[in-house]
Amino acid sequence: MLSNFLKVNSKALGHIRTFASKSGEIKHNFKKADTYLCDGPSDSTVTNKDELISFFTEMSRFRRLETVCDGLYKKKLIRGFCHLYTGQEAVCAGLESAITKDDHIITAYRDHTYMLSRGATPEEIFAELLMKETGCSKGKGGSMHMFTKNFYGGNGIVGAQCPLGAGIAFAQKYNKTGNVCLAMYGDGAANQGQLFEAFNMASLWKLPVIFICENNKYGMGTSQKRSTAGHDFYTRGHYVAGLKVDGMDVFAVKEAGKYAAEWCRAGNGPIILEMDTYRYVGHSMSDPGITYRTREEVNHVRQTRDPIENIRQIILDNKIATEDQLAAIEETVRDEMEKASEKAIAAPLPQARELFTNVYLQEVPVRGVEFVNSFKP
Amino acid sequence: MLRGNNIKKVNSLLVRSFHSTVGNRSGGPSTPINYPSLEIENAGEKQKMNLFQAINNGMDIAMQKDSKAVVFGEDVGFGGVFRCTVGLRDKYGASRVFNTPLCEQGIAGFAIGLAAQGATPIAEIQFADYIFPAFDQIVNEAAKYRYRSGGQFDCGSLTIRSPYGAVGHGGHYHSQSPESYFGHTPGLKVVIPSTPIEAKGLLLASIREKDPVIFFEPKLMYRSAVEEVPIGDYEIPLGKARIVKEGKDITIIGWGAQMRVLLQAVNMAEEKLGISCELIDLRTIQPWDVETVVESVKKTGRVVISHEAPKTGGWAAEISATIQERCFLHLEAPIQRVCGYDTPFPLIFEKFYVPDHLKNFESIKKTMVY
Repeated sequence: MLSNFLKVNSKALGHIRTFASKSGEIKHNFKKADTYLCDGPSDSTVTNKDELISFFTEMSRFRRLETVCDGLYKKKLIRGFCHLYTGQEAVCAGLESAITKDDHIITAYRDHTYMLSRGATPEEIFAELLMKETGCSKGKGGSMHMFTKNFYGGNGIVGAQCPLGAGIAFAQKYNKTGNVCLAMYGDGAANQGQLFEAFNMASLWKLPVIFICENNKYGMGTSQKRSTAGHDFYTRGHYVAGLKVDGMDVFAVKEAGKYAAEWCRAGNGPIILEMDTYRYVGHSMSDPGITYRTREEVNHVRQTRDPIENIRQIILDNKIATEDQLAAIEETVRDEMEKASEKAIAAPLPQARELFTNVYLQEVPVRGVEFVNSFKP
Repeated sequence: MLRGNNIKKVNSLLVRSFHSTVGNRSGGPSTPINYPSLEIENAGEKQKMNLFQAINNGMDIAMQKDSKAVVFGEDVGFGGVFRCTVGLRDKYGASRVFNTPLCEQGIAGFAIGLAAQGATPIAEIQFADYIFPAFDQIVNEAAKYRYRSGGQFDCGSLTIRSPYGAVGHGGHYHSQSPESYFGHTPGLKVVIPSTPIEAKGLLLASIREKDPVIFFEPKLMYRSAVEEVPIGDYEIPLGKARIVKEGKDITIIGWGAQMRVLLQAVNMAEEKLGISCELIDLRTIQPWDVETVVESVKKTGRVVISHEAPKTGGWAAEISATIQERCFLHLEAPIQRVCGYDTPFPLIFEKFYVPDHLKNFESIKKTMVY
């Protein structure tokens, strides 16, 4: 059992306070966001059984997806570069619940869970990772090149997606769609120059873009403390409003997301959300994740701030479901991911000609070693 | 023209057991491929090193002898993702070996400024695929500093190291070979080593070179290439190719990780067809050793050039153009380029994409019967 494995100490989760009313509404308090140039959302929310179960299920799916990826990688079925999201689930789940599927998201290379939250099937995600024809990018990209409706990837170059987010947001403003764009980046990417170019353009033209800094404390193997002057990413936009949010509490993320989306839709221009979160795993599969931080540090976060255990505790405290019922949900999730990965493993590899497709709109001749052996569409 | 006074002879050949355990990545046999490395004489005792250890050893010597040498880049403090800088911070302190934020443009610009002040910056860009945010700084600032100030300022002591090339499953952003972009820029020197011994000597020469050098390291070989490397201080001059193997029928030109593939093709051509191939390791992409190539082509009349980067606009095109200018009447067959396809570097199709020993063998065969 996951809960046994994590050895969760319920007393350690003491900062969560919930109050159930007779109508089935549950009040939940969380750490108030730090604010910059704005008032920010309140420090409490009202939730209910359906939402709690939904968050529990979604975040369990996110985590299980990554656990299966980890297993497939260790079996050498997934190759190359692969970055897992384990620990950061509340950010994805909370933000997705704060916006609609017509809003837009662009992120960096830790992208598997965003695919799932945007509505892609686990099978197409696994198939992409396994380089299969049924993958979301026809198996051509792999881990960091995933795309689906209103989700613009999956971007491997650190920070490069942020100006794209501003461009996507400009189109929303120009076309008066009323939709917003979430441009995600990490604390490592926060030091890339192009992020500041994007801040300026977005602010200058009042673009509906929410810049989201997922601060998991480490840019690859370098601690934020050693890479970043000043430690507040939410104030770094200078003239851009910001919030610092407890990114391990899905409700804190949701409320901040709603506040930011309303801010943008009201025409106030961009806003920055710094998500105080943590990744349990290494930067990538080749990083054991404990050379630049201690095992104790990782375990401490797991035991005191885990986003899924957090929700489990609320559910149990309010007697919304029993441990057995939650275990059944986890079993269903496990089954879903297992079946999806089996299907993906059984799927065919892409046709060889796919090497030459999608280079340009029209298929063009691609020169091989000799002219006669070149690819001709 | 050797600057390292420890070297007597650079071109003498000695076959060493330099081999790869991942030789079958391009469809070839998985048995070790002997690659003839060069002999460095009088560089002191030797020690078994792989490519990253040889590079580490080179930087160690550079820092020990030049108190102004500094090493920095993303994660280099704890050894770097490929372990090239391991132990250097402990030895030389955190003020000379340090991590930078993830900001390639800033790293390059910072390094140029530091070099202009007379320091010896050895900057690392974690993957050659990440060098493009720094492209402006390298091409517009580093390459032109000396020229646009009429010689008043320069960043000649700058060296930028970066791992390049196919690695098995790197995909679009961890596999590219961008040497041609930089070779196209006057003011820069571009170096790519092919063995641990070569890597150490060329790196020391690059660090001490008084023009900015982009030093691309074949990441496929960091661990797989192992040989006995002299632990002393030696340099291999830039701009000089190495004739790895002499031959009379056809000239084969490559660099970096491709040298091992070419040796395999050359061995096949000799064993199966009795063709005598002359194999040249270009070592320096810019300025490249035109004379050694021309001399060889005038002797053989046939040429195959091979690199991983896409064919169109690749460095083989530059070499081909020069060969036809200088050796037109000596050519017996069209110059062949065996390169990557004109597509982004693929993930799943890497084995189809890479110019492996079989493609090179076919090309040698065709060129011979033309």
